[in-house]
Amino acid sequence: MSEFRSLSLVPKADALQSAKDFKTDQEVRWCPGCGDYAILAAVQSFMPELGIRRENTVFVSGIGCSSRFPYYMNTYGVHSIHGRAPAIATGLAATRRDLSVWVVTGDGDALSIGGNHLIHALRRNVNLKILLFNNRIYGLTKGQYSPTSEVGKITKSTPMGSLDAPFNPVSLALGAEATFVARTLDSDRKHLTSVLRAAAEHQGTALVEIYQNCNIFNDGAFDALKDPAGADRALIRLEHGQPITFADQGVFRDPASGELTVAQVTETNQADVLVHDAHAASPVTAFALSRLADNDTLHHTPIGVLRSVERPVYDTLMADQLATAVEQHGAGELADLLSGKDTWTVV
Amino acid sequence: MTSEVDQAETASGGPDAPNGRPAPGAPRRVKPIRRVDRVIIRFAGDSGDGMQLTGDRFTSETASFGNDLSTLPNFPAEIRAPQGTLPGVSSFQLHFADHDILTPGDAPNVLVAMNPAALKANLPDLPKGAEIIVDTDEFTKRALAKVGYAADPLGDGSLDGFHLHKVPLTTLTLEALKESGLARKDAERAKNMFALGLLSWMYHRPTKGTESFLRTKFAKKPAIAEANVLAFKAGWNFGETTEDFAVSYEVPPAKLPPGTYRNISGNLALSYGLIAASQRSGLPLFLGSYPITPASDILHELSKHKNFGVRTFQAEDEIAGIGAALGAAFGGSLGVTTTSGPGVALKSETIGLAVSLELPLLVVDIQRGGPSTGLPTKTEQADLLQAMFGRNGEAPVPIVAPATPAECFEAALEAARIAVTYRTPVLLLSDGYLANGSEPWRIPQVAELPVIEPDFATGPNTPEGEFWPYKRDPQTLARPWAVPGTAGLEHRIGGIEKQDGTGNISYDPANHDLMVRTRQAKVDGIEVRPIEVDDPDGEAEVLVIGWGSTYGPITAAVRRVRADGGKVAQAHLRNLNPFPANLGTVLGSYDKVIVPEMNLGQLALLLRAKYLVDAQSYNQVRGLPFKAAQLADVLWAAIGTLDGSDDDE
Repeated sequence: MSEFRSLSLVPKADALQSAKDFKTDQEVRWCPGCGDYAILAAVQSFMPELGIRRENTVFVSGIGCSSRFPYYMNTYGVHSIHGRAPAIATGLAATRRDLSVWVVTGDGDALSIGGNHLIHALRRNVNLKILLFNNRIYGLTKGQYSPTSEVGKITKSTPMGSLDAPFNPVSLALGAEATFVARTLDSDRKHLTSVLRAAAEHQGTALVEIYQNCNIFNDGAFDALKDPAGADRALIRLEHGQPITFADQGVFRDPASGELTVAQVTETNQADVLVHDAHAASPVTAFALSRLADNDTLHHTPIGVLRSVERPVYDTLMADQLATAVEQHGAGELADLLSGKDTWTVV
Repeated sequence: MTSEVDQAETASGGPDAPNGRPAPGAPRRVKPIRRVDRVIIRFAGDSGDGMQLTGDRFTSETASFGNDLSTLPNFPAEIRAPQGTLPGVSSFQLHFADHDILTPGDAPNVLVAMNPAALKANLPDLPKGAEIIVDTDEFTKRALAKVGYAADPLGDGSLDGFHLHKVPLTTLTLEALKESGLARKDAERAKNMFALGLLSWMYHRPTKGTESFLRTKFAKKPAIAEANVLAFKAGWNFGETTEDFAVSYEVPPAKLPPGTYRNISGNLALSYGLIAASQRSGLPLFLGSYPITPASDILHELSKHKNFGVRTFQAEDEIAGIGAALGAAFGGSLGVTTTSGPGVALKSETIGLAVSLELPLLVVDIQRGGPSTGLPTKTEQADLLQAMFGRNGEAPVPIVAPATPAECFEAALEAARIAVTYRTPVLLLSDGYLANGSEPWRIPQVAELPVIEPDFATGPNTPEGEFWPYKRDPQTLARPWAVPGTAGLEHRIGGIEKQDGTGNISYDPANHDLMVRTRQAKVDGIEVRPIEVDDPDGEAEVLVIGWGSTYGPITAAVRRVRADGGKVAQAHLRNLNPFPANLGTVLGSYDKVIVPEMNLGQLALLLRAKYLVDAQSYNQVRGLPFKAAQLADVLWAAIGTLDGSDDDE
């Protein structure tokens, strides 16, 4: 059995696997330079670490550039329809607890057309790992603004600028009762892998937002977080149990309002720096952290695991009810069911 | 009522006395008893009056007595429509007989009207001479005015042609319960049981079942339970003692084919059929569903049977319901989604995905009046073309339609057989009338039920040792069903067009043409039973053909026509896609083809298009089933037309 608690019912691999085992013979058809390549490579490299049988792994996706992902993973896979991957994966995970089920989706797929399925998967806490590739644009339909695009975005469908306020996917997930919410970057292989690991270990639904560059329609959307000169002042790397600091800055809680603020860390205030508690029962602080980032400049963007708490898993509860029903009534007998209680006989 | 046999002055048994034998301890009947071969009763009242419960109980009494029966519940979509209004009227019609019957009946012999609205709404359906039992307490000035009665119909002579029983049901109920200690409001609510008791006396129904039902239903409120039992008994005794009810009626048990029977509604039969399909295939049942009238009872029922390994998932919407079912099917479950017409519209894209993925999936549509929200609690069969064509692209889906409530059981098994054998979504078209209506069902032996073989893929299927997910069975054209967890068969499938065989993404024009035609050929090639024609002497020139719940009224109409010397052939379709192979020949064998449907001619359109036959539609979309007399007239007209043309020659 796997060492990952969330995979305790998944058969363990007989032999060590490598990234190569998870590659298919299909030609990868993303645009050259797309951030999806880096994510694919990171996932393929990470999967052997799970130590489970490849045939017990399933990738389910919706529609969009990111949703081509399953074709490139040498596991079972379903490339479904726009927005519906969480629903399809829910049926699969709820009936097959011996599988490791992953959902690959994008900002349009998960937050626009499929928003309803995403929030309900999160609140149910089905054993799913959802990788949300957020490039803040519609790529496959050639460059319309998305529900994560900044206000005023000039695109083909918004020549005078987009009008609607964007979603913050992490805030949304926290508000939807998610038990695990994390954010990472396509270009930071090490961080991406560590977040995948944490997600895989989580029992229940894990939402991982991956900032992903679309070099054709929204190039450089996350440069502020990647620029070697300035990234350390823009990115807040969260680690459970550690004070939340970056560069010479720290996150503090205003004692009066309870709001989180960013300020320079000094000798006098360093004891007051907020210590990150990903396991806090209340999502309040995680939500406040998710609101620190400036939507336009992306300064003060937290990455890492914002929330990871334990709550009963939907598929486990469902299986428990089935077992309880058998305990209470015995295994179902079809003949008894069909007869019921009120019968009469004609001879 | 026909073949009445007077048994005047014959003392007979009390409430527990089927077959005229007095039950031990039952009061002796002292009034005349008349034997009749069939009766149609309609209970009507406010939607808060408990008419559906009353009807259900009378049905159960009747079923356990051994009559053949057919029911028609008819209620508003509002849970509590404004009290005392015409839109708030809820009714339950029951037809029971000493012989095989097919419909809930055209015209009630007895109407129980709990208020003026119930009388006004139902009076047009009553033939002259029918008995009307009214609760006179409810015929107040205000209540009469509410439904537009200028004068009291109980006193103005307008009911002269009927046999009117003026019964102060509310007062009598309160009187019976005055020792019960119940508040007036609670006591009043038992008046439906008083009415049930009275009708149970009139028709010699066994009563023990209702008493134990009430005690179980109100187990947590024993005072209410006893009050209801008391009201029920008071109603029975009232019938026996009051002079207004001079005779009671006996309808002997029906001579049905040998077997063990129970009463069953369409939705219950369908639920059991799904569980049976799961058991007979070894596939765990997974239902993904979103509540919608009139399909929700299947979700409720299946949720009770978790000890059969049944998983029910109440999804966030219709799309998630079918999505989860499809996901479960990918994992090797028998995936089912249940809904009504509006839900099918929302599920269309996922049905298309299932067509493309070629996975087994059952989509159950309990049709109701449309379009849009339409008539949620009324019946219609106007989703046939949606089932047939309601998807983008060429997306053929097999369609199965049960003809009677009990047949919903077999239909579920048949739909599952097709889905699993051919790896395809299947649409099962029931409707509100079948769903809520009930009839006796001969309980099948489990061993008689068909076995469904999932035949999962277990290994590579090419000479090179590869696994091709779209390499088909040459006979059925079904693709292999390889479920996750099977080593070596890892594969990716999706809604993008696939290369024949390998299943890899392909945009090749010739390949797409091949795949479209292959998916169609697979559905066209599904083996279905030949359609049977009922043409006793082979001399009919008119064929009447229907599908779904019109079976009852069509068959009843055919019997009427034949009883009067008319010649008509009848056929009924259970498989609507593909059609039975012999259908073209059957249609071509008659001079005239009549197609009655509760839509504007959807089957007729398909028959005309496919077989170039001049099928004539007869349509009704009133949210109610056809009446046998109405269809008999249609058949006579068709026969008459043919006679006319003969005269011209």
